[in-house]
Amino acid sequence: MAVRVPLSAEILAARAAGRLSRLLRTGGGTTMPGKLLWKLDPGAIDRLAARLPLGSALVSATNGKTTTAAMVAEILEPRYRLAHNNAGANLVSGVASTLLAAREAELGLFEVDEGAFPEVARRVKPRAVCLGNLFRDQLDRYGELEHIAERWRGAVRDLSDDAWSVVNGDDPQVGDLARGRRRALVFGLDDLRHAQPALQHAADSKYCIACGTPYDYAAAYVGHLGDYRCPRCGHARPRLDVLARSIELEGRESASFDLVTPEAESRVTLRLPGLYNVYNALAAASLAQVLGASLPEIVSGLECFDAAFGRFERIDVEDKGLLMLLIKNPAGANEAVRTVVSGGSPKLALIALNDAIADGRDVSWIWDVDFEPLIEHGLETLVATGDRAAELALRFKYAGFPEERIQVIPELERALDRGLALTPSGGELAVLPTYTAMLALRQVVGERGHVRPYWERAA
Amino acid sequence: MSRRIVVGHLYPDYLNIYADRGNIAVLARRAAWRGIDLEVRSISMGDPIAPGEHDLLYIGGGQDREQALTASDLAAKGEQLITAVREGAALLAVCGGYQLLGRFYRDRHGTELPGVGLFPLQTVAGERRMIGDVLLECELGPGVARELAGFENHAGRTHLDAGATPLGRVLAGFGNDGESGYEGCRLGRAIGTYLHGPLLPRNPWLADWLLGQALAPRGEEPGPEPPQLQPLGDELEASAHQVSARRARERGGRSLIRVAHGLPLPRLSRRRRGEN
Repeated sequence: MAVRVPLSAEILAARAAGRLSRLLRTGGGTTMPGKLLWKLDPGAIDRLAARLPLGSALVSATNGKTTTAAMVAEILEPRYRLAHNNAGANLVSGVASTLLAAREAELGLFEVDEGAFPEVARRVKPRAVCLGNLFRDQLDRYGELEHIAERWRGAVRDLSDDAWSVVNGDDPQVGDLARGRRRALVFGLDDLRHAQPALQHAADSKYCIACGTPYDYAAAYVGHLGDYRCPRCGHARPRLDVLARSIELEGRESASFDLVTPEAESRVTLRLPGLYNVYNALAAASLAQVLGASLPEIVSGLECFDAAFGRFERIDVEDKGLLMLLIKNPAGANEAVRTVVSGGSPKLALIALNDAIADGRDVSWIWDVDFEPLIEHGLETLVATGDRAAELALRFKYAGFPEERIQVIPELERALDRGLALTPSGGELAVLPTYTAMLALRQVVGERGHVRPYWERAA
Repeated sequence: MSRRIVVGHLYPDYLNIYADRGNIAVLARRAAWRGIDLEVRSISMGDPIAPGEHDLLYIGGGQDREQALTASDLAAKGEQLITAVREGAALLAVCGGYQLLGRFYRDRHGTELPGVGLFPLQTVAGERRMIGDVLLECELGPGVARELAGFENHAGRTHLDAGATPLGRVLAGFGNDGESGYEGCRLGRAIGTYLHGPLLPRNPWLADWLLGQALAPRGEEPGPEPPQLQPLGDELEASAHQVSARRARERGGRSLIRVAHGLPLPRLSRRRRGEN
């Protein structure tokens, strides 16, 4: 039964605030209405969510939540009318704004910030949660990984008994969340050819969650994600229900794999590159399956999917291209670097480091990123930009990259112009920005008429 | 003066949360650029600290879990470590490593992790974390005041014993306990601090101080002037320091930030004060 929420004055006021925010160009109006509503009546979010006839699903992870949720939306859109926070507003207020705006929706599909996940789960009462991974990320904002994991354990414990837990079995902390759940679906990779020779420096959960002994890895795929077993107490990766086999990575362009589900299997070719996008696709396929999608629907949705905002975007700027890959923490940035070098050996890269709250005020994480593959593949020039451009330049200098080949240009627009000027006609400039730098760079190219503002894409 | 430095890096697999490898990279490169042979040896669980083996010891910070995993092993090495420092090894301990080199760390539940007892201090966890940019003024040689810029993120309140020497005076930020106005601890050639960032890339003078101490003949107290090292072009370092110091002055130490806030969407055309 759908609970009827009157379109009270507070909801109308909140909606008007969103339109005003867009009109004043202070933002996309993606969080403001929800913030206002939350202030006026926190319980309104619970009632708005309860009104969705098919309930809600939540997607959370340190890395890949935006892409995963967008993939699920691509798969489910032919089947359901969705309330989906696809502009990246992933706090309680963003979920509230989406609920306010989506009057005719049947199913809620929400990407949720790792820190906000427990509160959103408590209010929205999802019928399924999809939990992808936990990496060290912006310690100044989120605190320690163990702290987030503990709060996630509590949130999953409090889900209704009917709710599905869809988890990445390759992450020791996350995979363990499905233990004891009546309805659980575990996904992971099964292709030893793509294992890393050693755990990356940024690997986090490499000690047994039960007894603290270092795990033995039969395969480590991305950071600490892989096939692990504790040599002492035997805590190991759970049995996988949904998995990817015979993975083929085509440089910067695409990835394909055999998607194996309990019922069937099918080849999937993504338009996105990299192992991390195979993880995102597996997460999306698993969640879509418990939400009622058939395998053909899943495959077709994944194959049509293009890219989530700013995560992996190709933008044409006159006769040159920008390849924009968001970086925000060591594990994610390592994969962005891997993607950039897998398509050849870029001679030039533009990296933008800001330190606003949304980027992380503490920039120490760049020293945990393995930027070295860029240097080893023959990088000739680095354009370092953003408010902390000098710190980024030091990261490369102390990696042994010659200082005279680093151009430090803190102003983003000037740096972009320099990067484009150094890019040959017909060439592609690899751009790795942090979050607010990505927004600002997109705005610059947007003002020049090359991309649309994100709230138009989101609409 | 010996032209060779052996660095002992304690628990690099466990205590590396704040990009501690950046500090090691700075020590290694700055030595190499001057033709000094520097070798980094890791000291892990169960490994002894052999007397006289290391000229410089480094210990970083970990998450609570990793710190708990290493604490008892470190306590078992305590005597060896104290001996190494007493016999002239230089030392840099950052954040969690700094806490563990005190007498103990008491967490929010009252559980105590044993410390090494090298530094005359103890640490007790507080309710809220002290997170933000920091700027210190230090005087490691008499009459020479230098600045250190970094970032701090700690729940622990570190209290120095009466008469203990802090690393520096807090110009902006929280420091040891958010109240005393001091940060870190200095004991001869050993330095403990909450400052990461990592600390050394944007404060290369401290890296050179540590290298100088590591090269100094054993057994001597640090002289008025550390051994002279060839100067390097540090323009990038200076400009990174400048931004970091400005951040501390603008936004260091103001609020005790509650952890686990999420991601707000920033305004698109944000311009920060004091920047062009």
